[in-house]
Amino acid sequence: MGEAEDGLKPKRVVFVTVGTTCFDKLVKVVDTQEVKDELLRRGYTHLLIQMGRGSYFPTKSAGDDGSLAVDYFTFSSSIADHLRAASLVISHAGSGSIFETLKLGKPLIVVVNEDLMDNHQSELAEELAERKHLYCAHPRTLHQTIAGMDLGALLPYSPGDATPVAKLINRFLGFPED
Amino acid sequence: MAQKVISKTHRFCGKRLLVVTFLITIIAIILVRILYVIWRTGKPLSKRAPQQPLSTLIVLGSGGHTAEMINLLLVLQKERFSPRYYIAAATDNMSLQKARVFENSLADSSGVKGISAEFMQIYRSREVGQSYVTSVWTTLVALAHALWLMIKIRPEVVLCNGPGTCIPLCVIAFIFKVIGIRWSSIFYVESIARVKRLSLSGLLLYKLRIADQFFVQWPQLKRKYPRAHYVGCLM
Repeated sequence: MGEAEDGLKPKRVVFVTVGTTCFDKLVKVVDTQEVKDELLRRGYTHLLIQMGRGSYFPTKSAGDDGSLAVDYFTFSSSIADHLRAASLVISHAGSGSIFETLKLGKPLIVVVNEDLMDNHQSELAEELAERKHLYCAHPRTLHQTIAGMDLGALLPYSPGDATPVAKLINRFLGFPED
Repeated sequence: MAQKVISKTHRFCGKRLLVVTFLITIIAIILVRILYVIWRTGKPLSKRAPQQPLSTLIVLGSGGHTAEMINLLLVLQKERFSPRYYIAAATDNMSLQKARVFENSLADSSGVKGISAEFMQIYRSREVGQSYVTSVWTTLVALAHALWLMIKIRPEVVLCNGPGTCIPLCVIAFIFKVIGIRWSSIFYVESIARVKRLSLSGLLLYKLRIADQFFVQWPQLKRKYPRAHYVGCLM
């Protein structure tokens, strides 16, 4: 996939985000050679990691030698810009990150944090994966998901509408219908 | 001599009987009132004019919760739900900031000077990851703080969508209904992150019948909790 001609290779960024959480297992696994090789094989050129409150720092790389360029930061107020610039998003299972990515129409792999006490978050990722809006993975299976994913098979997500809820609330309170 | 003792015990018994009867009556009245409030909860209010705004308490939670709430607020008629009081956990700086941005954008678009909104912080009853045992004590502290805020606000409408901070506030709103301080309507929207099971907050408000209207965002949950409303999702 376009490995040969160096200067012409288009920039394809993989953006990894853990939101405000601490999810070292995800940062660690995207920093493994296994995953980085797989991303390179799929035609991605850059790996940008938003690592949040985690304590594991990935190894930065300029990517001059044809390898994947790796960079990271802890927090940013412009996550939306990074999402927009990405060709693939790998995210924690927080609903904020999931829906922000889906609304931008970006291909998304959600990685579930198995260490959370009340792990309800996998519910949302699994449901949306079943509806083919994203891929759902675990830290251990991420490289397999990247190898096997077919981004063309993902269906665009049509955002919800709060109007029916507002209508019921208004009716309950006795306000006239518009 | 013996007669005197008997009459004394008699008088004593009579007094005690009076106190017991009094207590039973009070408890019975409170119980009846609680039952009435539970019965009345969930029944629509009588017609009102749109010019009669309702003071509204909006409970915000971190991350996705606030995004969902703002999506709902975007479509609610702001002039009907006014003034608006926003409450978020003291450990959560982002949510109130997002609410401020939202209110400012409203003021800009409508051109009305002076926002009819207030922003407050509250102690949290349970942090993410905190054990259920220690959360008993932290819940008590949160309850006292919540009482203080609720006495100040006395909202007519409570909107909440998930975070644990809404439990003390909703319980106090319910107690205010029982005592007759303020009749409020409580709306709860379960987070979109809940697909198969309700959150602890949601389960409590549903089972205790504290919420007047209870919304879920997935059809699976509606099947499991038939009193809930499912009319699509907010995100």
